Amino acid sequence: MIIEVLIKAVLAFIVLFSVLSFAGLHAWIERKQSAVMQDRIGANRASIFGFTLLGLFHPIADAIKLFMKEDFIPEGANKVLHTLAPCLSLVFAFAAFASIPFGDVLRIGGREITLQIANINVGLLYVLAMMSMGVYGVVLAGFSSNSNYAFLGGLRAASQMLSYEIAMGVSLIGLIMVYGTVDLQEIVRRQGEFRLFGLQAWGILTQPLAFFIFLTAGIAETKRIPFDMPEGESEIVGYFVEYSGMKFGMYMFADFIETILIACLTTTLFFGGWQVPFMHAPAAYSLGFALLQVLSFVVKVVFFAWLFMTIRWTLPRFRYDQLLSLGWKAMFPLSLANILVTALILLIRR
Amino acid sequence: MPPKTKVIKQRELNFLEKLYIPEVIRGVCITSGHFFKNLTLHSLHRIGLLRHIAAAVTIMYPEIKRRYPHRYRTRHRLTKRDDGTPRCVACMMCETVCPAKCIYIVAEENPDPNIEKQPKTFDIDLGKCIYCGFCVEACPEDAIRMDTQIMNIAGYTRESMYYTKDRLLNPEREGDIVKPSGSLR
Ligand code: SF4
Ligand code: SF4
Repeated sequence: MIIEVLIKAVLAFIVLFSVLSFAGLHAWIERKQSAVMQDRIGANRASIFGFTLLGLFHPIADAIKLFMKEDFIPEGANKVLHTLAPCLSLVFAFAAFASIPFGDVLRIGGREITLQIANINVGLLYVLAMMSMGVYGVVLAGFSSNSNYAFLGGLRAASQMLSYEIAMGVSLIGLIMVYGTVDLQEIVRRQGEFRLFGLQAWGILTQPLAFFIFLTAGIAETKRIPFDMPEGESEIVGYFVEYSGMKFGMYMFADFIETILIACLTTTLFFGGWQVPFMHAPAAYSLGFALLQVLSFVVKVVFFAWLFMTIRWTLPRFRYDQLLSLGWKAMFPLSLANILVTALILLIRR
Repeated sequence: MPPKTKVIKQRELNFLEKLYIPEVIRGVCITSGHFFKNLTLHSLHRIGLLRHIAAAVTIMYPEIKRRYPHRYRTRHRLTKRDDGTPRCVACMMCETVCPAKCIYIVAEENPDPNIEKQPKTFDIDLGKCIYCGFCVEACPEDAIRMDTQIMNIAGYTRESMYYTKDRLLNPEREGDIVKPSGSLR
């Protein structure tokens, strides 16, 4: 019993640690990747004993700076909610990782360890639920700041996130129909087992339309450009306008973590999760292959994080009405149509 | 006759463009093209290859300075005669024209009988100066110029922004005159 708990704790620690460090790295990737894309060099001055390490110390300098800043709570603001809001954003973003499978079973010492913190059999629903809860952090930030600008920003954010959540959820129904389960680990396994034109039937092959809808809705969910209407760092005032210091940093961090979460989800649902492309698990169990699967998962996640960053530095921002009409008039009907077509094809193939 | 207006028709988006996704992919291809090209170049530079092809347009400022355009208005200096005395004849033209009222001149008699006056003190408060260049234009003697190419004019106190005749006459002493180095690419 104790061992079981320990194993889970170790798994949770590994996931938390890697997500945290990858999110920290995102601050660096954001600067450097945009710089390289735009023919610039990017932040490269922060140094320790003359070593700049490609600007890797800048996120550390950022963190130190954010901790040193005054933690300001505006007059008339609800102190409890104002402090709670960024924590909620962060906690729910982290909590969603609990049911992401990052590998198959690991057999060590006669024990079978499923590489997933919580083997929930409704894992997909759990992740979606946690992501929707993220709205609370945003709404509370707007509500508790005692500032009309933050309030409006919070409303903008809430309406955007709610509209895109619907398209996202509906787009995934086709996927559930194809694989017949909402258990994320099971979905990944079936992506390896099913065949389509002789290939592993990854979600991108069976549900290409859903992939694009999910990707778009996912980016909208992370509130990053081109869907950064709630924040609009460059000119409009967002929901966290009354936040300073590390509380503001927590919102930034939650954004990065959500980006990683969406990358993980896209990998899990549409790119075969930990399946290694064009390879099958050997008949006899091998630890090496299990680790290769984990590596495959990580590589895919890093690729998607890269892709999101590229999109973020490529596209301009949507106008707000365009954003909502894209969500309601294009993506929602399309995902409904996707369900219909999927159902028909499944019926014919039966 | 009323002015003719030229009506520019906005191009209608075709179907593929309206789909948005192909265009997004095209945009991502362009930006990631730059990304991978520059990334390769940066990595090659690290191991000392292809140094002549720049991977970035950045000029690493304090180490590498670019030469500013010829007529760019930078910090003032007072020009000197061949014998090292200031050319300024303390005519007060610049002090009069200065819209920021930041030039302070006290005149005295010049020992040379051919020249009437010379400045006893000549101070410019660069904290007030707006770099309009009127003083340079007004001067009949070409005694004041703004061609030092010194840009980093900054100080921790107001007093340090107050430039006296001595400092204005010898800008090269401040040691931050731009020597063009590095490429402009
Ligand atoms: S540049 Fe303009 S403001 Fe500055 S000292 Fe000359 S006249 Fe005055
Ligand atoms: S206008 Fe020229 S000569 Fe006259 S006081 Fe100014 S610098 Fe000296």
